[in-house]
Amino acid sequence: MTPAEIRDEILDILEDISPDEDLDGLKDDVAFRDQLELDSMDFLDIVMELRKRHRVQIPEEEYGALASMATTVEYLEPKMKDIVKS
Amino acid sequence: MSASTDGNHYDTIIIGAGMSGLAAGIRLAHFDQRVCVLERHYTIGGLNSFYRMGGRDYDVGLHAMTNFARRGQKKGPLAKLIRQLRFRWEDFKLAEQIGSSIRFPGVSLDFTNDIELLESQIAAEFPGQADGFRMLCDSLLDYSDMDGDDPRFMRSAREVMAEHITEPLLIEMLLCPLMWYGNARENDMDFGQFCIMFRACYLEGFGRPYKGVRMILKNLVRKFRGLGGELKLRSGVSSIHVDNDRAVGVVLDNGTELTADRILSSAGNIETLRMCDDITEVDVAAAGKLSFIESISILDRMPQKFGFDRTIVFYNDSETFHWKRPEDQLCDSRTGVICSPNNYIYDEDEGELPDGVIRITTLANHDHWCDLSDDRYRGEKVRQYDDAVASSVRFMPDFRQYVIDTDVFTPKTIRRFTWHDNGAVYGAPDKQLDGTTHLPNVFLCGTDQGFVGIVGAIVSGISMANRHCLQPT
Repeated sequence: MTPAEIRDEILDILEDISPDEDLDGLKDDVAFRDQLELDSMDFLDIVMELRKRHRVQIPEEEYGALASMATTVEYLEPKMKDIVKS
Repeated sequence: MSASTDGNHYDTIIIGAGMSGLAAGIRLAHFDQRVCVLERHYTIGGLNSFYRMGGRDYDVGLHAMTNFARRGQKKGPLAKLIRQLRFRWEDFKLAEQIGSSIRFPGVSLDFTNDIELLESQIAAEFPGQADGFRMLCDSLLDYSDMDGDDPRFMRSAREVMAEHITEPLLIEMLLCPLMWYGNARENDMDFGQFCIMFRACYLEGFGRPYKGVRMILKNLVRKFRGLGGELKLRSGVSSIHVDNDRAVGVVLDNGTELTADRILSSAGNIETLRMCDDITEVDVAAAGKLSFIESISILDRMPQKFGFDRTIVFYNDSETFHWKRPEDQLCDSRTGVICSPNNYIYDEDEGELPDGVIRITTLANHDHWCDLSDDRYRGEKVRQYDDAVASSVRFMPDFRQYVIDTDVFTPKTIRRFTWHDNGAVYGAPDKQLDGTTHLPNVFLCGTDQGFVGIVGAIVSGISMANRHCLQPT
């Protein structure tokens, strides 16, 4: 997956977790927490959905990498570059 | 994770198909676990179940759903569970209460889902106490402090209240609804539990789905099955088999053996320990004692037609609120809860419920009810119904001439639906907030883990599934 495809995938997961949230105006370099109503349960869901959909494993000590869209895509790029977007 | 392809092996076995067990099942099945929910009764729901009799639908537990949230609201337990279970707000679609009251001799406080009404009522009825009430509101623990680690959690709620409120009657009145809707301890309340219930009842408020609890349960089961989850009714667990200090599976009442990597039980703390075959004695004294009788009246008219528009009335007939099991009698109707499911603001397209209904809940002693012969049991149901209604009409218009049908359920009924010791509605007074047991792969959810009520039970199932059953291995 390209960084743009990874970004789309994260958006899709966020939409799944929080269908009422307006994601159109999401700013990539601002923390999710500061623009969306996400708590620790929701962050666990992002991790779990990535595992469910793409078998991507994220160790607990690295959850911090999922702070914003920009850091998430950067963190996931090496892990997901060989995954073919379906 | 399970490496086995054995048809009787599961990643997680869940004991009990109540709100918490089904919610946990949805979380685990959504993340591809092989999950089985086992239920002893022939129907789902546990305490919050439903039945049909004489062509009418009845709910067992539900008066009101606490933790009300409006469409689009993103904070609070209801919003959280909708997200976690991938529901839409419409799947719960709560109609808001019209308004409720706390009625003690000579004084009444009204409240709605907007805390300002209660504040102004307190200012009017108890001059000088409004500031103390606001300070009490400011001192409440937040939901994020509710894992039990905060030392204030176990303080006496009465003690904390007395630091802010100097009028003893107001303390009794504020406690009455909160104890009725979620306190397993007699006479006093843990401050943490008080905060949970205060937020749930006064700050968030009451709502009800038009079709009652069955709609919520049907949505939970549909989602669980749609994700591949298995639900087995009439499948009581007679024992949890322990080998080498780990649970390896369960044996059902009919002798069937199922194995699992882990077990999540909503059966109650003591009830679960008793199933474990490595334990010979459990401390039954730690079980909860508070059980209820509910007297249901079907009316020939809507309650508002005879001037009763209250959603819930919490009443107590003296200045002291007695929150304890009746010892020498079957029931204690000095305090009670009057509920009319008609008095919610339903949508126009939903219209009115088919019948006028008044439900009255009073305190009852489980053991005394169980000691009765079948004949006396039937007779006492009639007698105690009359007593509860006579007690309640001191606090609302007399509706007895409009009654066309009645039903009563007792602690025996509650026991049959929940299998909890003593028919204890809110479980044991000491909660196991982290959900752990003496075994590393057996966990608790539901009433004895912590949060109570429908929303609380669902949140309990979700959080215990997340914490103990989902983390990557």
